[in-house]
Amino acid sequence: MLLRELSEAFGVSGGEGEVRRIIRQAVEPLVDEVSTDVLGNLIVFKKGSKSGPRIMLTAHMDEVGLIVAGFENNGLIRFSKVGGIDDRVLVSKVVQIGDKKVPGVIGAKAIHLQRPEERKKSLKVEELYIDIGAKSKEEAEKLVKLGDYIAFYTKYEEIEGGLAKGKAFDNRVGCALVIEALKKEYPYPLYGVFTVQEEVGMRGAGVAAYKIKPDLAIVLEGTTAADVIELKEEGYVTTLGKGPAFTVMDASVIADLKIVNFLIKMAEENQMPYQFRRFTGGGTDAGRISLTREGVRAAVVSVPCRYIHNPANILNLEDVKNTLKLIELFLVDLPEGGLS
Amino acid sequence: MEVKQFLQKISTSSGVSGAEDEVAEIISSEFAKYSHKVCRDSLGNVLALKKGYEQAEKPLKVMIAAHMDEIGLMVSKIEEGGFLRVSPIGGIDPRSLLNQEVTVHGRRDFSGVIGAKSPHILEPEEIEKGIKIDKLYIDLGFNEDKVKENVAVGDMITIKREFINLANDWVAGKALDDRAGVAVVLKFMQELQKIKHLADVYAVATVQEEVGVRGALVSAFGVAPQIGIAVDVTHGDMPGVAAYKTSEIGKGTVITTGPNFHPLIYKKLGEIAEEYGIPCQKDTASGPTGTDARALQISREGIATGLVSIPLRYMHTSVETLSFSDIKSSARLLAHFVASLQGDFVEELIICY
Repeated sequence: MLLRELSEAFGVSGGEGEVRRIIRQAVEPLVDEVSTDVLGNLIVFKKGSKSGPRIMLTAHMDEVGLIVAGFENNGLIRFSKVGGIDDRVLVSKVVQIGDKKVPGVIGAKAIHLQRPEERKKSLKVEELYIDIGAKSKEEAEKLVKLGDYIAFYTKYEEIEGGLAKGKAFDNRVGCALVIEALKKEYPYPLYGVFTVQEEVGMRGAGVAAYKIKPDLAIVLEGTTAADVIELKEEGYVTTLGKGPAFTVMDASVIADLKIVNFLIKMAEENQMPYQFRRFTGGGTDAGRISLTREGVRAAVVSVPCRYIHNPANILNLEDVKNTLKLIELFLVDLPEGGLS
Repeated sequence: MEVKQFLQKISTSSGVSGAEDEVAEIISSEFAKYSHKVCRDSLGNVLALKKGYEQAEKPLKVMIAAHMDEIGLMVSKIEEGGFLRVSPIGGIDPRSLLNQEVTVHGRRDFSGVIGAKSPHILEPEEIEKGIKIDKLYIDLGFNEDKVKENVAVGDMITIKREFINLANDWVAGKALDDRAGVAVVLKFMQELQKIKHLADVYAVATVQEEVGVRGALVSAFGVAPQIGIAVDVTHGDMPGVAAYKTSEIGKGTVITTGPNFHPLIYKKLGEIAEEYGIPCQKDTASGPTGTDARALQISREGIATGLVSIPLRYMHTSVETLSFSDIKSSARLLAHFVASLQGDFVEELIICY
């Protein structure tokens, strides 16, 4: 599985190139057709032996990050957020900028120099900047360009308890799963779609679905797991280690019940764990896909990930394995003619 | 060892105040290469002695001190589910801790992450407030029973941070306050191999500076030098901080004047910098400083004290940033200063008043 490589790769919304290259290289030997579209979505196709249903298995490639928005005369870099990030987590972190991955740090005023009332307030993006070690604006502009994307810098690491730590598990875990699923042969025509710009409003998925005209779509995601000390159980959204999470509803879609029920049936027949995503907020590519053309049956299957949209996320590798197994079962056992 | 490589090694190793053994070992073995004797005292300070060229009955002794401890955290409670609550060790801004990666020094070292809600489930008012330390928790990723077997209240925690090479010769990392000072001391000792000096030189990596300059207190007593120089970091220039409170990164070493320092030491450091063309900036401190110099000055019957500093941005975060050239100029200044020391200067330090 390519989770390490994909997690460490650079792919902020609108600048997914490195992720796309890694995926293209991995899937080329596995599929019959590979193409890209005008937005940068990567679409691959496996013919299968039967004519339908036509399935779209999809994951977004992009991650939340930052973009270079300006330079100070002293060489410090101003930035804006790309996608949803809590400003407070940016303080005291290392980032990488642009194709050359120029390293930079986001510092903060030393505690010694702060007034007591300053400590009560959080630091906002407008008060932060990136230091790349340049001594002037001119020097900074030689290394970094206006509009360069900026990603968190986090090493992937497998830690105790069968867990992995890294950045951008939302949604490189989805990408890794689609790649892995493409390694097997299935009866039905299968589109593997790696979308762009999900984090800035699900911009890529709709145009891809329009082109493909799938009969049904499964969106693979890394979703919030808030199963931690500061929250009550009803606020967990999902729980690590309890298997793939099915969406009933989020802010963008009400999942197709026939697909969800079929997934549940698959899981139960094979004694596999599953859970429901206990939260109706947040959006996914399924929202766009389901409303494409005359409508597409769509569902979301997610791997629970703690601390998504932060530099260091944690997921359970057993959940990843179980999600893959379930998707493979689904793609094999789906009845001819679909679920209507 | 190349000094930059040494700095990388000590920056990434752990040594929270009171638990400096890991970093102390690296420092001891490296200091030993350039000194006649290395030992550790009962608080854990590393003391290296390089003798002067003439052994007098009452030798001229100079102590160069940089602290090797770093700020960090301590486990204060193991919560249900195995999450760890923490207390600060030293002045740490909780706002710099959200979603940091950490190493918990339990039965062995464990990787952990300080939790942070995903923005999807944040309440808008949460974002406005600076997070308090009692809201933070560490996620080790394994269950309560296993956590309790391996981690106990009181275990130390360090922030995990790679050493980052930035543009020019700037570097960023954790604990550069004051491992950068320790690197200056190593570079200084390397320089001393090439320079004749009369004074016995005690290079000391001190403990527990961040919790009240405690290592300097006892090591200064033990060494009993006539002259003591603390080597520490000082605030670098940055937006939002008045320029007069800071020094510029990459513009050279910093010497400081004020009541904490002997006027002749300050004067001589300035003269030496000028004589050898060493880039040097000047700063003031209006009272006892938050450096080892605070303890040095009033040890025994008093020590003539000076301060040599490296400008550093974002102090006490995990991305402290400095220019390596300032480490070099600090070390050169110290070496030429020590080489210049003769008995008459030491007498002058007392009779000048």
